[in-house]
Amino acid sequence: MKSVCFGIGQTIAVLSFAVLTSSPVQAGLFNPEVFELENGLQVVVLEDHRAPVVTQMVWYKVGAADEPVGKSGIAHFLEHLMFKGTTNAPGNTFSQTVAASGGRENAFTSHDFTGYYQTLAAANLEQVMKLEADRMTNLTLSEKDIVAERNVVMEERRSRTENKPSALLGEQTAAAQFLTTPYRIPVVGWAHEIQQLNREDAFAFYRQYYAPNNAILVIAGDVLTADVKKLANKYYGVIPRGDVTLRNWPQEPPQLSPRRVELRDQRVQQPSWRRSYLAPGSFDAKKHLAEPLDLLAQILGGGTTSRMYQALVVEQKIATSAGSWFSGDSVGPARFGLYARPVAGGDLATVEKSMDAEIEKIISGGVSEAELNRAKAGMLALATYARDSVTRKARIFGRALVIGQTVEGVETWPQRVEAVTRQQVQDAAKEVLDLRRSVTGLLLPEKKS
Amino acid sequence: MKKIQLVSSLFVALAFFSGPAFATDISEMRTPAGLDVWYVQEKSIPILSVEISFPRGSVHEPDGLGGLANMVSSTLDEGAGDLNALAFQTRLEELAISMSFGSSKDTFRVSLKTLSKNRDEAFRLLGLALQSPRFDQKAVERIRRQIQTRLIGQAEDANAIAAKAWFKKTYGDHPYGRPSLGTKQSIARITPADLKAWVDANFRLDGILIGAVGDVDQAEIGRLLDIALAALPKAQVTPEVSKIMPSSAGSTIVIRKPNPQSVVMFGMPGIMRDDPDYYAAYVMNYVLGGGGFTSRLYQEVREKRGLAYSVYSYLYPYEHSAIYLGGLGTANERVVESLDVVKAEISKLAEQGITDEELVKAKVFLNGSFPLRLDSNAKIARMLVAIRISDLGMGYIDQRPGFINAVTVEDVRRVARRLLRSGAMTWVIVGDPAGIDG
Repeated sequence: MKSVCFGIGQTIAVLSFAVLTSSPVQAGLFNPEVFELENGLQVVVLEDHRAPVVTQMVWYKVGAADEPVGKSGIAHFLEHLMFKGTTNAPGNTFSQTVAASGGRENAFTSHDFTGYYQTLAAANLEQVMKLEADRMTNLTLSEKDIVAERNVVMEERRSRTENKPSALLGEQTAAAQFLTTPYRIPVVGWAHEIQQLNREDAFAFYRQYYAPNNAILVIAGDVLTADVKKLANKYYGVIPRGDVTLRNWPQEPPQLSPRRVELRDQRVQQPSWRRSYLAPGSFDAKKHLAEPLDLLAQILGGGTTSRMYQALVVEQKIATSAGSWFSGDSVGPARFGLYARPVAGGDLATVEKSMDAEIEKIISGGVSEAELNRAKAGMLALATYARDSVTRKARIFGRALVIGQTVEGVETWPQRVEAVTRQQVQDAAKEVLDLRRSVTGLLLPEKKS
Repeated sequence: MKKIQLVSSLFVALAFFSGPAFATDISEMRTPAGLDVWYVQEKSIPILSVEISFPRGSVHEPDGLGGLANMVSSTLDEGAGDLNALAFQTRLEELAISMSFGSSKDTFRVSLKTLSKNRDEAFRLLGLALQSPRFDQKAVERIRRQIQTRLIGQAEDANAIAAKAWFKKTYGDHPYGRPSLGTKQSIARITPADLKAWVDANFRLDGILIGAVGDVDQAEIGRLLDIALAALPKAQVTPEVSKIMPSSAGSTIVIRKPNPQSVVMFGMPGIMRDDPDYYAAYVMNYVLGGGGFTSRLYQEVREKRGLAYSVYSYLYPYEHSAIYLGGLGTANERVVESLDVVKAEISKLAEQGITDEELVKAKVFLNGSFPLRLDSNAKIARMLVAIRISDLGMGYIDQRPGFINAVTVEDVRRVARRLLRSGAMTWVIVGDPAGIDG
């Protein structure tokens, strides 16, 4: 499932980023400073002087969807290998340096991007800028590192996916949804392909995509833009441009018929139901549907007051959860998703019928003014709450710029949400919630023989 | 070059943690109704975050009603006063108020976050939830169904299975051994009257701990907290919970599940928060399996051998007991090797302690990382309450570096010998491990 990012030490759900990405405030509230180095590195500075803390993030415009055929998992594997040291900072010098100032670090990979970050005392910023710039070009890898880390990634795949039947269904439904878009392949990679990944694959990918003109640097916290400019030029500015090939993913053909995936697993005790519809991504001709779809997801299934929760969980008592999500910030096509879990002993057919009825109702009857206003209020408030966390602000801008959105796009997001009408939400529902463009996934226990 | 880098950053970190920005800004204040509050005024963002803790948790549940505290936490916002569940939730959403409740073994937690402009209504709604929750039959039944589904889900989840077995083995029938979600039977038994009785008996002002961070002045935060809390009854009935030593019998439990990866959980008796050697144990744990990519377990299990994606250990001091826990996930074929590596590291630490260099690095990390964890108003409010729960005192944030810096290699050696006794460890393996009986 695209919404899951794989990090070296922890998961970062892009789904949760997505909500936040769509949560900046009136122009001037975040006050980002943006500039570009001569070698093409884009830099964003977000000054915040509440505490003497700083976050550095480097986002590369490369992810799992850029992998060569048969090399699935290489983007994420490389993310792990980036912690193995360089000629100048061998072994885990980088991690030791971060730890030596009490700092935190991690990394994440999605289909669209790969990112690295450290949060630490502002006084140590120069050191980590030096080290992060260093590993943009000077990575070294021993055969021993490769073998051990490949096993780590296999264990990561086992714990996140193979031990969890619902995650296996997630992989199968994504693969069924996309015929040609590389989102059909899981970010972590298919097990049999991960096992074949080697040092040459990692270096080839690294050399092809890790370059200043393919990256965004975000520095947020107790810093001055002028100082960041100086340091960025000193450490990142000396790295030559790379010869980066532009993305050229095959275009997803129109989906003409509904698809169904049924996964039975002896470990399942609690069946569940899910569906996703192909939806416009950030660069689709219909990208103007993004904000109406965000609001639709909220009204239809965003919480306990939503249509689906009220109908299936409260009134009909056939489910214990029911809802919807939308994650429109993507380079390729996006998905609009639904999920529901029946009550103990309940069946999926009943749940599916009721979910369909709610879809039908919103397509034919639209949404009320009160529903729309409530959804807007919640989304706009996130913008204010987002200002509370330095790292969150850094993520919002990194995530937006790395997939090709603009600072202005981020800053004017509240106005776009504010402007959405009831008619637009209904039209978006009609346009996107078309069964012919859906994949329905059923998770079931094994049949008793 | 490596050495020089480390030394210079040590210096910077030491300089830094001596003055976390907010530490000097905490004020201890009293609301007009007499509630003691720790408050930090943070004017730059128009929001308010409040954290409240009652000294009551799942260990205080009546026998046979396991899961009651958790069920209360899930049902409090399902209607209160004249608002039914939908009306209450709708009001929260319209105003973008975030209100959440949670129970742990020893405490009951309340968190409120609101835009400042909506603060009056936010605190009024919180007051309704705490003082007059409705527990309407329909809402209670719905929450009951949800908990029952979660219980079924836990029966599929290797981590949940391992934890349940570990706590049962370690604490037996003592309330600490009880699953916090309850059981199928206990959840079926709980009535709205039970939920109400819990609230009446436990939401009392004696023992309540409050931390708040926001953009309003002290008088205003005092007025708001009184709206939500002042009407609660005062006197607390002292609940009886016996102190208990975790089992130190030592054993290995294998629970067979058809998963490709085995989940391994291990643990032993730990150390109480007020033990004189607590900070020595804290340093020891950082070196063994605490945070970051530099611990011994991380290096030996993950980095060198690729045996696991996640391997960790942590101290867990409760109010009436303490445990030391760790875990990892590894392919079934590699469980034996993984256990050998972990056991070897634990024995080595018990026998030899840590090096001078490890001690220095641990101190620098533990001191430097503390203020970095407090990067939002809500986290600061939570930390204020955590400090109060452990009764560490107003000066704790300033004193903490001193406590950690006072730890010596000999202290760690002593506490390692005391805690890390291989015969006292309980291992639970959930999966289909090769080469292990059971």
